[in-house]
Amino acid sequence: MTAATAVTVPVAPTPQSGWASRPEWQKWMAYAAAGTLVLAIVGQFTGTSMLTSSTLTSTAIKWSIPILLAGLGGLFSERCGVVNIGLEGMMIMGTWCGAFGAYHWGPWAGLVVGALGGAVGGLLHAVATVQFGVDHIISGVAINILAPGLARYMSESIFVNYDGGSATQSPHVDGLGDFTVPVLAGGKIFGWRSPDLLGNIEDRHWFLLSDIAGIVRGPFSQMRIFTLLALLCIPLTTYIFFRTRVGLRLRIAGERPAAGDSLGVDIYRYKYLGVLVSGALAGLAGAFIVMELTGLYQQNQTAARGFIALAALIFGNWRARGVFASSILFAYPLALSLQDLKGTSVRALLLVIAIALAAVVVWSYRRPNLADAIIAGVMSIGCVIWFATSETAPAWLPNTMPTSSCFWCWCSLPNGFAHRPQLASPTDEAIARAA
Amino acid sequence: MNMTLGRRVLLATAAPAMALFVALLVSSAVLIASGSNPLEAFSEMVKNGVKLEVIIDTLNRATPLFLSGIAAAIGFKMNLFNIGVEGQYQLAAFAAAVVGANVVLPGVLHVGLIILVAMVVGALWSGLAGVLKTERGVNEVIGTIMLNYVVTNGIIAALYTHVIDKGNANNAGTPANDESGWLPDLNGVVELFTREIQKGRKLTGMLAIAIVVGIFYHLLVNRSRIGFDLRASGINPVAARAGGVPPKRMVIMSMLIGGVIAGLVGLPEIVGNNHSYDQGFVKGLGFLGIGVALLGRNKPLGIALSALLFAFLDSSAGVLQFSGTASKEIVVIMQATILFAAVIAYEVVNRIRLREEVKSASLTTGATA
Repeated sequence: MTAATAVTVPVAPTPQSGWASRPEWQKWMAYAAAGTLVLAIVGQFTGTSMLTSSTLTSTAIKWSIPILLAGLGGLFSERCGVVNIGLEGMMIMGTWCGAFGAYHWGPWAGLVVGALGGAVGGLLHAVATVQFGVDHIISGVAINILAPGLARYMSESIFVNYDGGSATQSPHVDGLGDFTVPVLAGGKIFGWRSPDLLGNIEDRHWFLLSDIAGIVRGPFSQMRIFTLLALLCIPLTTYIFFRTRVGLRLRIAGERPAAGDSLGVDIYRYKYLGVLVSGALAGLAGAFIVMELTGLYQQNQTAARGFIALAALIFGNWRARGVFASSILFAYPLALSLQDLKGTSVRALLLVIAIALAAVVVWSYRRPNLADAIIAGVMSIGCVIWFATSETAPAWLPNTMPTSSCFWCWCSLPNGFAHRPQLASPTDEAIARAA
Repeated sequence: MNMTLGRRVLLATAAPAMALFVALLVSSAVLIASGSNPLEAFSEMVKNGVKLEVIIDTLNRATPLFLSGIAAAIGFKMNLFNIGVEGQYQLAAFAAAVVGANVVLPGVLHVGLIILVAMVVGALWSGLAGVLKTERGVNEVIGTIMLNYVVTNGIIAALYTHVIDKGNANNAGTPANDESGWLPDLNGVVELFTREIQKGRKLTGMLAIAIVVGIFYHLLVNRSRIGFDLRASGINPVAARAGGVPPKRMVIMSMLIGGVIAGLVGLPEIVGNNHSYDQGFVKGLGFLGIGVALLGRNKPLGIALSALLFAFLDSSAGVLQFSGTASKEIVVIMQATILFAAVIAYEVVNRIRLREEVKSASLTTGATA
C-alpha cells in the first residue's frame, strides 16, 4: 500500500468569516444575551418580573438537574455505541435506592447508593446488549417494565415497615444541603449577614439591569451542593471524552469498534464501562429527585424524565454542554408553571415563543426554506393572537414545551434528525495513539 | 440445511422454556429473600387460575395485550420500532369515548362508529410518526416516545376539562356512552360449554375482534404481497429496495396498519367496562404489548400465548395479596424477568443455530470450519 492511499488527505477548512468562525463560547454568550434580552423585553411589556426572577432561575436550575444527569448518562452510553432507552427505569432504581441509602446512612450515602442502584440497571442493560447482542431498544424497554415493579415490590417489603413509609413512598430523607454566596446574593459569613448586591439590583425593577441581576443571582442563592456536583459533571464529561485515553477509547468503542479491536482495545470492556457509568448517572438523577426535589421516594415520581433526558441528549447534539443547555430550556417552563400558579406569567411565555418562532421565520427564509418560514410564521402569529385573547395560559402548555420545541427543531433541520449522531469520529492517528 | 426437524423444534421451544425457568428461579429467589414461600405462592396462583371467573379475567386482560402486541409486531417485522402504541391507544380511546358520548345512532352503527373513530385516530397518530421518519428523518423510536408524551401531557390534558361529564360529580371522566354504543359480551358463548359465569364477570366482546385481528395479521404478513414486502424490508432493506419495494411507502404503511390496531387496544374499556374515558383509564398496555410481541417472536400464535401468560400473571396478582402468600408486585417482576430471559435466550439460540448452519455448510462443501 502506498503512502498516498494509506493517508487520507485532510481537507483544508474553508475560510469562513463572521458568525460561523467565532469561537463557541462567544456564540453561547450571544445566545444567552439574546435570550435575556427577549425575556426582559417581554417581562417589561407584560408587566411581570417573574420571567427573570432569581427564584425562578434557581428553581429552573434545580429542576433541570435530573434531566441533565440522565442526559449525561445517555451521552456516556450512546458515545460508546449503546442506545439507552432504559434511562427511565435506571432513574427509578436510583430514586428507590437513593431514598434507602439516604434514610439509613445519610445524604452522602444516598448519593452513592442511588448511583449504585442505577448502575445495576446499567449492568443489566450491558449484559443483555453487549454480551448477548440483544437489541438495545428491546433491552431498554424491558428495563423500563422491570424497574417500577421492582421498586414497588421493594417498597412493599421494606418501606412499609418504616415509620412514615408505605407501599408507594418512603419516609422523609434529607438532602445534601445548600449555601448562598455572600456579598453577591446575601449569604452569611460566620453568622454575619452580608449585603445582597444582586438582590438589591433585582428589587429595583430597572429594565434589563434588574433582569440580568435576577438571572445571575439565581445560581448563587440557595445553591444545592448536589446541584453544584451535577454541574461539575458537565466539564468533567467533556474532559473525559476529549482529553483522556479512557474517553477516546469509549468513543472508539462506539464509532470505530473494528479499528479499535484490531489495535488491541478491549471493545467489550469499554462498552460495559460506558453503559455502567450511564446507569450510575441516571441513578444519580433519581437520587437527586428524591433528596433535593421531593424529600422522599414516591411511586412514579420520575414522571418520564428519562425520556425527556433522551430528547435533551439529542437536542444537545450528543455534547455535554448541549445537554445542559437543553435541560435548562426544558426545565424553565416547568419551573415557571410551578412558581406561577395563576398562569399569568406562563401567558407571557407565549410571547417569548412567538419571538422565537419569528427568529425561525427569518432563519428559514434566508436558508432558503419557504415552507418552514410560512409554517413558523403562522404559528408565531397564532401565539400572538392567543396571547392577546387570553388572560391566563393553561397548565398543560409548559408541560408540552420540551417535546414540541424538540419536534419543531427536528422538523426544520435540513437533514432532519438522523439516528446516528453527527459525531466527530476519532481519527486513525488518534486510534493508533490510544492503542 | 440438514438440521433435523426434531432439532429445530427443540431449538425453537428451548428459548421460551428456558426463559420461563429462569423467571421462576429469579422470582423464587426474590420471594425467599423477602420471607415468602415460593412454592406456596405458585401453587396458589395455579389453583386460583383455573377458576372460571379468573379465566374470564385472564382473557379480558389478554385481549388488549394481544392487540397491543400485534400492533407493535407489525412494525417489528420490518425492524421499525413503534414504541408509540402507548400514546396511540390512549388518544384513540379518548377520541372514541368523546365521539361515542356525543353521537346518537342506532345499535350497530353506534358501536361501529366508535370502533372506526378509534382505528382512524390511532392510524393518524401513528402515521404522523411515520411521516416524520420518512420526510424528516426523525428516528421512529424517539419520535414515537415524544408523541406519547405529547398525547398524555398535551392533548388529553388540554382537552380533558372540556369534555368531562359536568353533571356527574362522582365520575371525573367523559360522559358514559348510551347502551347502543356497547359491544355485547361473550358470556353466552362461554356458558354454552361451561357453567354460568358468576361474580358479575363479563367476557369482553373485543375478544372476537382480537381473534379476527390475529387472523388478519397472519394473512397479511405471511400470505400477502404487502406482508412479503414488509418482511423483505425488515430482513434486508437494501435488497428490498433493489427489488422494487419503496422503503418510504413501507414505513408509512406499516405505521398506519400498526396504528389502526393500536386504536383497538383501549376499546374494551370504552365499549365494554366503563363506557367512558376517565382518570382511571388503563395505562401501560403499549409498553407491555412490546414485551408481549417480543416474547411471542412477532408470530400471531406466539403473541397470543405470551399475552395469555402475562394476563394470567396479572390476574393472579390479586390472590397472592389476598391470601397473604406474597406481595402482588412479584408478578411484574416475573413478567420483566421472563421478557429479559426470553430475549437473551432467543439470541443464544440464534447463535447456536448459526454455528450449526456454518458447521453443516462446511461439512457439505468439504471446507474446514
